[in-house]
Amino acid sequence: MARLALSTPLDVRLLARGLSVGEALAAFNAAHGEAGGIVSFLGKVRPDGDVRALELTHYEPLTLPGMQELASSAQARFELDGALVWHRVGVMVPGEAIVMVAAAARHRRNAFEGADYLMDHLKSAAWLWKREKRGNGWHWVEPRGADRTDLDRWK
Amino acid sequence: MGVRILFLGPLRDIAGEPEREVPAPLDWAGLLAAVGPDIADQLREPRVHVACGSRVLGDKTRLDAREGDEVALLPPVSGG
Repeated sequence: MARLALSTPLDVRLLARGLSVGEALAAFNAAHGEAGGIVSFLGKVRPDGDVRALELTHYEPLTLPGMQELASSAQARFELDGALVWHRVGVMVPGEAIVMVAAAARHRRNAFEGADYLMDHLKSAAWLWKREKRGNGWHWVEPRGADRTDLDRWK
Repeated sequence: MGVRILFLGPLRDIAGEPEREVPAPLDWAGLLAAVGPDIADQLREPRVHVACGSRVLGDKTRLDAREGDEVALLPPVSGG
């Protein structure tokens, strides 16, 4: 089977369609044979109340470059062998994956922290805007205070 | 060609359109006047950012957009 080709050490993508979690992790694992550990996180659309769909919009000139900078800073800060940072845009339904990050490092603590750092920054510092479709139409999702507090942990 | 103003996220709904073209050059006062009072109120909030030519401005009140520039209005984000 042809393996998914990842760019190394950092593979950063905005995806207009669904992502294959197993394929991505297998390729990331294969790309980082020297790593002592890999930590991954998969974020999904929560089936909350009457949420029927979720839409993420981005701004092309800023969003992907910002995610690439984020991946580089995580790599430098946690001495990662590599990182995978994939974010969906467009319309998703509950149960679908929105975001996937993976961090490969010599030691597990760096990999855990690298993945955590990537997620906290994607939640509140990436140029993405989210709205939910409920029974009574579309509603923009306001940033949560907790997201800001999570981000402050890294300062 | 002028300056293209892009309304991102919830600002698009307030504007009633995803973008608007205005004559160049465009400074901060010109931007506030061009977008209407509701969006101007949003723009004055510190958590709303402005990008010009693909760069987020450190000080949005020093906006100096020229012919062909794209000015993006960036409300607070909500990713992940």
